[in-house]
Amino acid sequence: MRLPALVVSAAMLAAATAASADPIADRKADMKERAGLLRVLAPIAQGKADFDAAVVLDALEKLDANAKATDVAVMWAEGTDKGDTKSSPRIWEDMAGFKALADKYEADVAAALAANPQDLATFQNVFGAVAANCGACHQKYRL
Amino acid sequence: MRRRTILAGVAALAAAGAAALWFASAPDRLDPAVIAAAPAGDATRGEHVFWAAGCASCHAAPGVTGEARLRLAGGVALDTPFGRFVAPNVSPHPGDGIGGWSFGDFANALMRGVAPDGRHLYPAFPYTSYARMTIADVADLYAFMRTLPPVEGRAAGHEIGFPYNVRRGLGLWKWLYLTPAPAVTLPEPSPEVARGQYLVEALGHCGECHTPRNFLGGPDRTRWLAGAPAAAGPGRVPGITPGAAQVGGWSEDEIAEYLSSGFTPDFDSAGGAMAEVVLNTAELPDADRNAIAAYLKAVPPVAD
Repeated sequence: MRLPALVVSAAMLAAATAASADPIADRKADMKERAGLLRVLAPIAQGKADFDAAVVLDALEKLDANAKATDVAVMWAEGTDKGDTKSSPRIWEDMAGFKALADKYEADVAAALAANPQDLATFQNVFGAVAANCGACHQKYRL
Repeated sequence: MRRRTILAGVAALAAAGAAALWFASAPDRLDPAVIAAAPAGDATRGEHVFWAAGCASCHAAPGVTGEARLRLAGGVALDTPFGRFVAPNVSPHPGDGIGGWSFGDFANALMRGVAPDGRHLYPAFPYTSYARMTIADVADLYAFMRTLPPVEGRAAGHEIGFPYNVRRGLGLWKWLYLTPAPAVTLPEPSPEVARGQYLVEALGHCGECHTPRNFLGGPDRTRWLAGAPAAAGPGRVPGITPGAAQVGGWSEDEIAEYLSSGFTPDFDSAGGAMAEVVLNTAELPDADRNAIAAYLKAVPPVAD
């Protein structure tokens, strides 16, 4: 269990640190990965899928690795506001505010993982805090 | 002699034309009998109307959450092709807000776009949708908004260039586009679809962004909810009819879920102005979100 997660996060870290030729494609892939993990977690939180602590932990580990590997300064580098992107121009007008929300999201994901939820109520609680970040950030910084 | 007669005739015609335009552009208020016959408002029901009508999205300070969304100091700016519109203070403050407005003043602003002093309001304030409200809902909303905290201070004024700064001209615009008639005619709608139609077309004013506008800023009702370029800012507002490329494929449950949590079926989440809208629709009962979804499945499909 642990080893694949480590390998995945190491690979993602490498991907994020390597000066990428296409930050727009990278950040889209980054967000798509989050969406894929939410597809596992959200139905459980909504009671549409059964709670399974191992499945939840696995997805939270991947979400945590993704958050830690997301380098705002690289993926939303200067000059990447033009092109096929739904990132709002406001990001580059207020990089500090954007970074603060990214940091808050990363902290909330880490807290959810650290909680290691063993029952649905605990999971719903920590997951709710994580999911609220999506709308909060998109409201300001996504078109 | 003959030339003078013609000139006089032309002048008379021009004067008659100007008088006709002046008359046609006059504020058209509600029938006072309708206002007098309105039921007493109920503030609890009015809060429901408040969220369904999305008032806080423009009239609360930009970007605030929670209780602060009930402080209606205004200030949200909409930068459109016609200029910059700034939402005013509509808190019950007597001087800076609308604390001094009678129920009739309030109803005429909402349903006819007429200010208490008779000036036309700009349709950035979606009275073209609110014109379809029931007078009972307007009364409930009035009662609720009286309970909100008065906030001092006026929002900045609009920045509108000529000719759009001639408010009288809005009378002609209203003559063309302001109607309480439904936007689409649905054959024998179920009670749920009818409720959804009211929520979408009147309170939710969804068509203000999701329906394309012509060069005069009037809605193109043949392409109702078919999607449009964003009126304020960059980007595109997607179509939401059954024929829409993306949302057209969503089930009723998925639409209702989106209006509750902001998550799409792909677990993308609402962005920009729509994230603000979800803050409002999240406050509605499930039955209302389901009704909106049922209506969106019943409107004519248009490709976006």
